[in-house]
Amino acid sequence: MTAWLTLVALGVLASLAGALWRVWRGPDPADRMMAAQLVGTGGVALLVLLAPPQDWAALDVALALALLAALAAVGFVKARSPDGAGDPEEAPPPADLARRGDDG
Amino acid sequence: MADLAANLATLLLTALGLLFFVAGTVGLIRFPDTFSRLHALTKADNLGLGFIALGVAFQAESWAQVARIALIWALALLAAGAVAQLVARAALARREAP
Repeated sequence: MTAWLTLVALGVLASLAGALWRVWRGPDPADRMMAAQLVGTGGVALLVLLAPPQDWAALDVALALALLAALAAVGFVKARSPDGAGDPEEAPPPADLARRGDDG
Repeated sequence: MADLAANLATLLLTALGLLFFVAGTVGLIRFPDTFSRLHALTKADNLGLGFIALGVAFQAESWAQVARIALIWALALLAAGAVAQLVARAALARREAP
């Protein structure tokens, strides 16, 4: 069973490589952020997979990583748009925001 | 006998989880448009991680570990949903989507 879980962990690691390729290639910054989110989730899956064979304390690390991955994305959204386009309570972003050519 | 069933369940569920994970990542790579990639990504997040977590839960020695695994999955689920909305909105503000 340990061998199988380690094998699946290797598979998740391979899919992380694909996500990192998207980080490198992604034309739009949102693509890069999505890939970073997948890397975060992949890390959580990796830790959960390695908990039984190695040490069950890895579960707490996975919990912390899952939280940080979410906060990273929030940081990305807040930093990206000048008036915080991610805020639901804010007014919708001005129509020409996209064409103003802010730093993408 | 119970141990065999637990191992078998873990085997199948983690395989299924890995399948979804790889499918989501391939989708993230192959899809042409930002929003379709986002679609693939959230599938990988929730289903892949969910099945892997479920598979590992069968190996847990105590109920506390099962609870922690469920907590991790619930947090990942909520995070992925919220993040997908935020990233999509940021991408939409960046340029008008088709």
